Amino acid sequence: MPDACAIASPDHRPRRLPGPWTWGSLLVAGLVALPLLAVFALAAFPHENIWPHLAATVLPRYLTTTLSLMVAVGAGTLVIGITSAWLVTMYRFPGQRVFEWAMLMPLAVPAYVIAYVYTDLLEYAGPVQGAIRAVFGFDSAADYWFPEIRSLPGAAVMMTAVFYPYVYLLARSAFVEQSVCVLEVSRTLGCGPWASFRRVALPLARPSIVVGLALVLMETLNDFGTVDYFAVQTLTAGLYNVWLILHNRAGAAQIALVLMGFVVLLIVAERMARRKRGYQATSTKTRSAPGVRLRGWRAALATTACAAPVVTGFVVPAGVLAWYAAERFSESWTPDFIRIAVNSLGLAGGAALIAVAVGLFLAYAVRLDGGRGLRLLVRFAGLGYAIPGAVLAVGVLTVLGGIDGAVDGFMEDTFGLDTGLLLSGTVFALLFAYTVRFLALSHGTLEAGLGRVRPSLDMAARTLGRTPGQVLREVHAPLVRGSLFTAALLVFVDCMKELPATLILRPFNFDTLATHVYQYASDELLEQSALAALCIVLAGLLPVLLLSRSISRARDWGTA
Amino acid sequence: MTDAATAAPALSFEGVTHGYDDGAPIVRDLSLALAPGEVVCLLGPSGCGKTTTLRLAAGLERPWSGRIALDGVAMVDGDGGPGGLFVPPERRRVGFLFQDFALFPHLTVLDNVLFGLKGRPRKAARARARAVLADVGMADLARAWPHQLSGGQQQRVALARALAPEPALLLLDEPFSGLDTGLRRTVREQTLRVLQDTRVAALMVTHDPEEAMFMADRIALMQAGRVVQIDSPMQMHHRPRSPFAVRFFSEVNEVTGVVRGGGVDTPLGFFDAPDLPEGVSARVLARPEALIPTLSGETAFGARVVSVRPLGHETILLLGLSRPGAPEAEELPLIARVTGQPRCAPGDIVALQIEDSECFVFPDDGG
Repeated sequence: MPDACAIASPDHRPRRLPGPWTWGSLLVAGLVALPLLAVFALAAFPHENIWPHLAATVLPRYLTTTLSLMVAVGAGTLVIGITSAWLVTMYRFPGQRVFEWAMLMPLAVPAYVIAYVYTDLLEYAGPVQGAIRAVFGFDSAADYWFPEIRSLPGAAVMMTAVFYPYVYLLARSAFVEQSVCVLEVSRTLGCGPWASFRRVALPLARPSIVVGLALVLMETLNDFGTVDYFAVQTLTAGLYNVWLILHNRAGAAQIALVLMGFVVLLIVAERMARRKRGYQATSTKTRSAPGVRLRGWRAALATTACAAPVVTGFVVPAGVLAWYAAERFSESWTPDFIRIAVNSLGLAGGAALIAVAVGLFLAYAVRLDGGRGLRLLVRFAGLGYAIPGAVLAVGVLTVLGGIDGAVDGFMEDTFGLDTGLLLSGTVFALLFAYTVRFLALSHGTLEAGLGRVRPSLDMAARTLGRTPGQVLREVHAPLVRGSLFTAALLVFVDCMKELPATLILRPFNFDTLATHVYQYASDELLEQSALAALCIVLAGLLPVLLLSRSISRARDWGTA
Repeated sequence: MTDAATAAPALSFEGVTHGYDDGAPIVRDLSLALAPGEVVCLLGPSGCGKTTTLRLAAGLERPWSGRIALDGVAMVDGDGGPGGLFVPPERRRVGFLFQDFALFPHLTVLDNVLFGLKGRPRKAARARARAVLADVGMADLARAWPHQLSGGQQQRVALARALAPEPALLLLDEPFSGLDTGLRRTVREQTLRVLQDTRVAALMVTHDPEEAMFMADRIALMQAGRVVQIDSPMQMHHRPRSPFAVRFFSEVNEVTGVVRGGGVDTPLGFFDAPDLPEGVSARVLARPEALIPTLSGETAFGARVVSVRPLGHETILLLGLSRPGAPEAEELPLIARVTGQPRCAPGDIVALQIEDSECFVFPDDGG
């Protein structure tokens, strides 16, 4: 052996500098994580510490309101989501096939839009109370009792009506995945249908349901439009108050931090639940439930139970908006409206492209590198989805403001130029915030898409003379075209709906459909902004259609 | 170094060590060289580092340390620190044939083959692609999509795709394991013919000894990340260098004894052991073919037939060798392989002749 002067072979991996893809993704993921870190920094080192003041005055109220809202919305969405998912999966009744996907339609309606519509319908001057007064001959509000919609319970009902599809979606997929054999075994062991549901199906589906519930509660924390309109003082509403009215950034950051505390708890719960979902599929051979046919009053009850949430969460608000939009079309269809719509389309489209590009880049870099460190950082970068838009806006402004200040100072000192705000007051800030917030959507979709591409295809392309970048362009991109489209669509629609971050970050005199609706509706001018609201709802229907297609495909698959 | 006899090896590994993540190394201090045009099979049990060796040759992995060269040109040198050399796979000119064939599902057969011919003028590339497809008998299906092809057809397209850019070296990762047994033999023969026609050096991974014997000019037997023996199939058969090398190719009968007077006395008789020192314990490995049962004849050993397993062209006999003075329950189990139909039945007593050329003596280190 010519080994006399050879160096002993190593028994562990030598330390190496990461390659360009790893560097790039570290940089991108770091940029995305920056706003979150900024919130921490701002809260921890305030210029003027109003924490003691906050804690002594408003914070307890914000906390109790937020908690009450979360409990109410959580309970409401659980009941509606689980009931409808169980009915639609296990029983056959009139309209059941339609409800399978129609239950998702309220997802298309932003919470603030439904709040405006129902306020318009149910307030004192609205058609419902008007009709009551006309029928019973009442003269004033003192003559009869009517629930006040603009209240905490009202907000809870509004949010329940549009957030329950998250629970429905996850509960349904869990019920579908459950092998019917498990249920049949429980029946042979002496459990009735109700006991089988309670003792077998529900515990098996619990991890999935927790994931859905976590999404619902994240959306609840994120909501600003509804609580603002209803004057419900949640943490998010309080954050705006401290930020925009008291002009105290550190105080806002501190409230943001409390909000983040809730979010972290939700993320932990969600992660733990997702890990348990692996045990959900009890057998590899799943046979979907044949479905028990309901007749008579039972069928009518099932149809009503499924129809009520869809009517409340979608048919009524969409119908009212369509009516107003048609009536006021000539007033609403103005150059102003077109400009605003173009703003929205451009912003959402731009953000979708950026988020898809960044998501693809990160997903592919993780595939190339595969290291644990990068995997963790990318997961952290995806946290933006869980962070309320208002919190994110605070972080984005802090980061961009810092950069602007530094650039301005440098230019002033060096060239005597006043560059002012280059980034913070511009569309760039909005695009940045949207990307941070919705990156998880595009990244998750593309990661799943790339996961279906066999690794040997990468290797084959490399040995046939392609660099990693060329492999991505020539092999992966064509193979995951569907995922690219889905990812872009999901981000696009969520950007169209986004309100809280847009309100804080938009440039002066710059409106999107969402802020336009917010402004008009706050001034009780819903009819004039109905067209804009309807556009948002219609855009929101696109991913619902996409989901419903995959649901029906799964069904065809199951029966094949 | 231009003389053909001293031409640079098509592929050489010198002291290459590699592993994954923070685990122990999978390939340890491995050295190996392929002559131009030579077909070498990496043979070994699963997990011995065969596929990792292949990936290292292709550049799909960067080794922890060591040197790898193609046609005498260094591809990897050093441990990846500053100044270390690493040529990425796309600049190595190696063909890779994957276990799952890895055809691009979004490209036709012709476009799959053209994928590796990107740098060439359009016309020349198409002519070349059609020529290699004709070589593997797939010219008629150039416009087909991968999902329309059978497993054997996919394998041929993958081979054509790998060979189209005229690689200096072809790497094959268990290229026949995805095919069913009937097809495997035919595809194996076709592949070997194509390799011989193109005179490309090839390194092939397999865990099937018969496949290695069939395909290889030389077999590199791997164990725990090292090449323990590299020899022609015949030498590998006649001169195994370790008990592992005997055991890997077939079941064996093993007996032990102590070296006395230049040989070792075992229950199967006396074996010469000129290379072993007096007094050490030795292990004798006798292939099933080494035991030749005869119904009549004068030998020292009589064995009882325990069971008979006719396989058609040959027969496996499970035997029990009774040792003098030991009870019947403690007879030594043996396995013999004879050609043709069985001519004995369970319970018969057969006389055993021992064919020394199928028996190998090693020092007994307990393994």
